[in-house]
Amino acid sequence: MTTESTTRSAQHDVAATARTAPPEAAPRSPDGRQVRQALRRGAKHVLLILGVLTTLYPVLWMVVSSLRPDGQIFGNPSLLLTTLHVENYTYGWTALGRPFSAYLLNSALVVIGSIIGNLVSCSMAAYAFARLRFRFQRPAFAYMLITIMLPVHVVIVPQYILWAQAGLVNSFLPLIVPKLLATDAFFIFLMVQFIRGLPRELDEAARIDGAGHGRIFFLIILPLMKPALATTAIFTFIWTWNDFFSQLIYLTDPQLYTVPIALRSFIDAQSTSSFGGMFAMSVVTIVPLVLAFALGQKYLVQGIATTGLK
Amino acid sequence: MSVAELQRLARRSPRTPQATPDNKAALAFLGPWVLGALALTLGPIIASLYLSFTDYNLLQNANWIGLANFERMLTDTRLHHSLVVTFVYVLVGVPGQLLVALALALLLDRGLRGRAIYRSAFYLPSLLGASVAIAVLWRLVFGGQGLVNAMLGLVGIHTTTSWIGSPDTALGTIILLHIWTFGSPMVIFLAGLRQIPVELYEAAATDGAGPWLRFRAITLPLLTPIIFFNLVLAIINSFSSFTQAFIVSGGSGGPSDSLLFYTLYLYQEGFSSFRMGYASALAWLLVLIIGALTAVNFWLSKYWVHYDN
Repeated sequence: MTTESTTRSAQHDVAATARTAPPEAAPRSPDGRQVRQALRRGAKHVLLILGVLTTLYPVLWMVVSSLRPDGQIFGNPSLLLTTLHVENYTYGWTALGRPFSAYLLNSALVVIGSIIGNLVSCSMAAYAFARLRFRFQRPAFAYMLITIMLPVHVVIVPQYILWAQAGLVNSFLPLIVPKLLATDAFFIFLMVQFIRGLPRELDEAARIDGAGHGRIFFLIILPLMKPALATTAIFTFIWTWNDFFSQLIYLTDPQLYTVPIALRSFIDAQSTSSFGGMFAMSVVTIVPLVLAFALGQKYLVQGIATTGLK
Repeated sequence: MSVAELQRLARRSPRTPQATPDNKAALAFLGPWVLGALALTLGPIIASLYLSFTDYNLLQNANWIGLANFERMLTDTRLHHSLVVTFVYVLVGVPGQLLVALALALLLDRGLRGRAIYRSAFYLPSLLGASVAIAVLWRLVFGGQGLVNAMLGLVGIHTTTSWIGSPDTALGTIILLHIWTFGSPMVIFLAGLRQIPVELYEAAATDGAGPWLRFRAITLPLLTPIIFFNLVLAIINSFSSFTQAFIVSGGSGGPSDSLLFYTLYLYQEGFSSFRMGYASALAWLLVLIIGALTAVNFWLSKYWVHYDN
């Protein structure tokens, strides 16, 4: 990808150079031109680095502040650390009703359940839509596309009533079961597009060899769609980890608090004391996101670029 | 046409096993989806439509009250206020975010050294922006003793007025947070820029077109489908924005309801006051608004989106 674009812009630069210095014009020396180009490039980098620093400044300030004693946090825009006040972390870890690890564990359970649910149910549905012929296929596919656009607010009230009547509010099931039932239609669509891009000859060859749809799915399609599965997994991770709306609605028992809900109760409980502890735990909650980003960047970028996922 | 021919055609009709061979397999593969579609989306959609004509409150049975919920909307000043707040947020935040995203994508487009690093750095806020951690941070950055006032103090402007506590500026801070997450549309723009054939630039350059003309005549028109795509997505997404306003205002809607986003009001009505009938009606109004805006967007696209055939 990068190579492609580099070649392209290299050509582009050549074209640009050809224009800025047509042969009949300018007795300028090639050296002067090179210097000017280098200066331009340098200026661009300076601009971009300033842009990056401005953009990331709030996050960096949060990380630095999480290592400062309370008295030094406010009124201090600097990013230089004079002390390493790790007490914020030990204090924040135990400041709420339960150790912070309990909330991390709860979030991890919801995240893992959601990822497994989305991978299994969406890939199965996508295989059916992309490769099988069946009754009501067109209306079913159209309905699936409609549910992508449907705001969650339309279904959240009846879904809540459903879970409340089943006595399952204050459990992780309302958060995980919908993923097991492929309600994240966006991922079905992503995978359908991916499977459609795979050569049908592979399926047909397997079918001639006597393989049924189960074998074709598990042995041929699934191994080939690893990139789509990775994209689904990483986006499910980020969305579920950050999800506040449904976790706020379904989890009111402090035993079940996930990371976003726990952080929120931090604000209520600590409105004036120990900002350091709150910053420290905020940093703890974004570390997994940054790690996921670092590990899965390729799939993340591909996912955004091809489908507009956030 | 002979009888034999007709028979042959009939044999090839859609009832032959070739046309519908997979019903059973499809049911197996689609089983979870069908169950979810019936129980968790289609059923709730119908139920929500029904509830919007009732006074359901989770404790008592639902009573049919006709259009009363929708009539209430006409006189519900908090609803009107939340619509204003949300529209301002969308009308300022969405174009603001897309402009920043486009500008940076253009800067990063050419074979720049460290392009991937810049891209990752600029994307990071999109990754974190929806989290409670960042909303907490925003509270402290724009609070009375916060980072912004500290920086203003450095240049001689001393104030302890909270940007979040004041109704005039609270919404601005959340709009800024939205613009700050420009990374994901930027990545989409970068992908779009890569689709533009180099030959076009080469030809234009040979013809003596300068950088500005090349941008206006090549880059911008060819990028309009991507701009449109980003615009539609951003409008839909920003109408559903919830977490940041909730955390920054502590769930209340902020000073003088200046942070009463539409979905926050819906949450308060449905899950704090348990007026679930009214909340359902609000949800349908949201669908209508988003649907109408998307339709207008598609209609307007005829006039400015360039589709290359």
